[in-house]
Amino acid sequence: MEALSWGAILLAMFTQLTPVWIALVLTYVISIKYKRKLGLYGKLFDSTIGMIGFGIVMFWVFVGFFAGALDMIVTHDPLAQISGMKNKVPGTGIRGADDGLYAYYLLGGDNLARDIFSRVMAGSSIVVVIAPLATVFAFMAGITLGLPAGYYGGRLDIVLSFLANLILAFPVILLFYLLVTPEIRMTGMPQYMAVVLFSFPLVFYTVLVNSRFYIQPQKRNLFLGAGIVVLGWLYLSIVNEAGSKITIFNAIDGFDVDAGLLTVFVSVVFVNSPTVFRIVRGLAMDIKTRDYVAAAQTRGEGPWYIMLWEILPNARGPLIVDFCLRIGYTTILLGTLGFFGLGLEPESPNWGATINEGRKLLSVYPHPALPPAFALLSLVLGLNLLADGLREESLKD
Amino acid sequence: MGLFILRRFGIMVFTALCLTFIVFFLTNLYPNLEKLAKSEGNFRMDDTAVSTFLNNRGYMQPLPVKYGQWLGVVPGYVIEGTDGKTRGKCVVPGGTIEDAPRFCGILQGDWGFSTVFKEDVSMIVATRLSLTGKLMMWVMILMIPSALILGVLAGMREGSKLDRSLSTFAIMTTATPEYVSGVILIAVFSSSAFGLKWFKGTATSAMDSANFENFFLPVLTIALYGMGYIARMTRASMAEVMTAQYIRTARLKGVSFKNIVVKHALRNALIAPFTVIMLQFPWLLNGVVIVETLFNYKGFGWVLVQAAGNNDIELLLGVSVVSVVVVLVTQLISDIGYVYLNPRISVT
Repeated sequence: MEALSWGAILLAMFTQLTPVWIALVLTYVISIKYKRKLGLYGKLFDSTIGMIGFGIVMFWVFVGFFAGALDMIVTHDPLAQISGMKNKVPGTGIRGADDGLYAYYLLGGDNLARDIFSRVMAGSSIVVVIAPLATVFAFMAGITLGLPAGYYGGRLDIVLSFLANLILAFPVILLFYLLVTPEIRMTGMPQYMAVVLFSFPLVFYTVLVNSRFYIQPQKRNLFLGAGIVVLGWLYLSIVNEAGSKITIFNAIDGFDVDAGLLTVFVSVVFVNSPTVFRIVRGLAMDIKTRDYVAAAQTRGEGPWYIMLWEILPNARGPLIVDFCLRIGYTTILLGTLGFFGLGLEPESPNWGATINEGRKLLSVYPHPALPPAFALLSLVLGLNLLADGLREESLKD
Repeated sequence: MGLFILRRFGIMVFTALCLTFIVFFLTNLYPNLEKLAKSEGNFRMDDTAVSTFLNNRGYMQPLPVKYGQWLGVVPGYVIEGTDGKTRGKCVVPGGTIEDAPRFCGILQGDWGFSTVFKEDVSMIVATRLSLTGKLMMWVMILMIPSALILGVLAGMREGSKLDRSLSTFAIMTTATPEYVSGVILIAVFSSSAFGLKWFKGTATSAMDSANFENFFLPVLTIALYGMGYIARMTRASMAEVMTAQYIRTARLKGVSFKNIVVKHALRNALIAPFTVIMLQFPWLLNGVVIVETLFNYKGFGWVLVQAAGNNDIELLLGVSVVSVVVVLVTQLISDIGYVYLNPRISVT
């Protein structure tokens, strides 16, 4: 079988990505049409940089969705090895390909004869799920602790700030190496950390609803009850795992999270939350001197109502921008973990691990390491540009 | 000022103690000790053999006691083992219990013995740290001037074309972690596939004799990632200074643009980047670990990976002490330097 030329490879990749292009075009057409009604999101489409960044990010989100959830786009099974395809250059055809098997390795084969194109595309689904989710958890922890630290100040602030600085002074890689090892997993440390870190969304939700609706007990009980049942069940299912240190909730355990994944997730949240804490604390200290906070205090609102319904909404601008930047940073951290072979299984097609495998033969076969490297670079770049666009637009008014 | 430095120093020492205790706790968890016993003794030990092995060597003492001994504030253990031998923490190989000093820990300069390299931890740390020091020196020489120039050029006329393109470049570099830029640089400049064999893909030979060919890529890789952030901070600070009243006054007096930038704006614009540069050190440590692994440069970061990967507890502790101290000292310097440089901030 003839090898494809570079033009043919690009064309083949372009057609393979058709669903992504359709989804992207639809998103842009709808968003631009209704942009005046969509608040900050709509304003994003007024800035070129923001639009470019948003496009790159959405590209990977759609790739992750179509490749991960619907099994489209990928040409081969990302774990399958096909003999004779080891380290083959991009565009090599598969000898004696059967019907139904895609006839080419579009971006070549890696040193275990797996298709690089499929691995990179499948790897995106890991990143676009874990990175935003971990960032959300880090924000929950940072907000829940940062608001009272900034609002009350005093001794609480001193203690929490000291703890945050403690984590921040830790070299990240050392922390990863200490936390993400099979030995530590045996002691149940990641699970205990998960117990603490994953409880923040639960606390956050409870305080949020309670402070708003405590004068309407019926509504409050309804919202709180429903929320706590759903969130609580999710929380216990994640924390609890049969055959590990925490098994007391086996009866209601809905699903199991892969232990390696949980460890990675927990350590990434752990590393990110102190920074969020510092940002939220600073914002709360600044905003609590405003007149509307004084007005709420005079009205007799409780401290948590003021923090969550007066201060937090007014701090949203910088927080949204930082959220985008932080997803990018989390992506880099996940790549670092993969690069050092920590956490996720070595088989898994995450970008960091793929780069790490590819780098060993880099001077002879550069093609296995470059596609995941550029994929990671483009996603983080997109997030940075998006954050820049958002910052520009939110500063305008 | 003196009191301020003293208080900061006190907090720093306390933080260092907390952090080393955490590392000590994590490295001394039972599964790690079990692995150590099996690799030091033999791999087919059963559970009782493992626990006698650990008992005889003082690993099963309570954690605070062990930490105190390691630090050198609690007398080292002397344990009469179940096998009849008496072992002491402070006994040098071949020496006797009577000759051994009472205390031996980090504070006495006794950093322990590496199980992987079969060498004193203090020796390993010293030699590797000097290698990394060489790397960092060149990174600083490359990174700081170029980042400052980039930031000042971009910030002196905010919104201009020059500003736009330089800012995009800065964003590009912050979005490229070392393991991505390193891989791309090696692939482009040292692989046979692209044909440009300008530099070497490994820096192993740079440990003895560093030259442009074998040392430029690792230095550039670390410098690029840190550069963007410093440049953006410099740009923001420069842009702010350029809108200040005294710059307008200088302009109205007829001072040339070049003189305004160099004589009036630059000094005030460089206060903020100073802190950022100092706080960049902990991140550079990250970069050092990645780049030293990628380029096979056997410095401090490489030792960290080896120690952590091979469960070399004493070496890992030594490495952590050094890195924690480096991070905390740079934070202290940045705090003091900021107060010193910026007369608007008062410590009292």
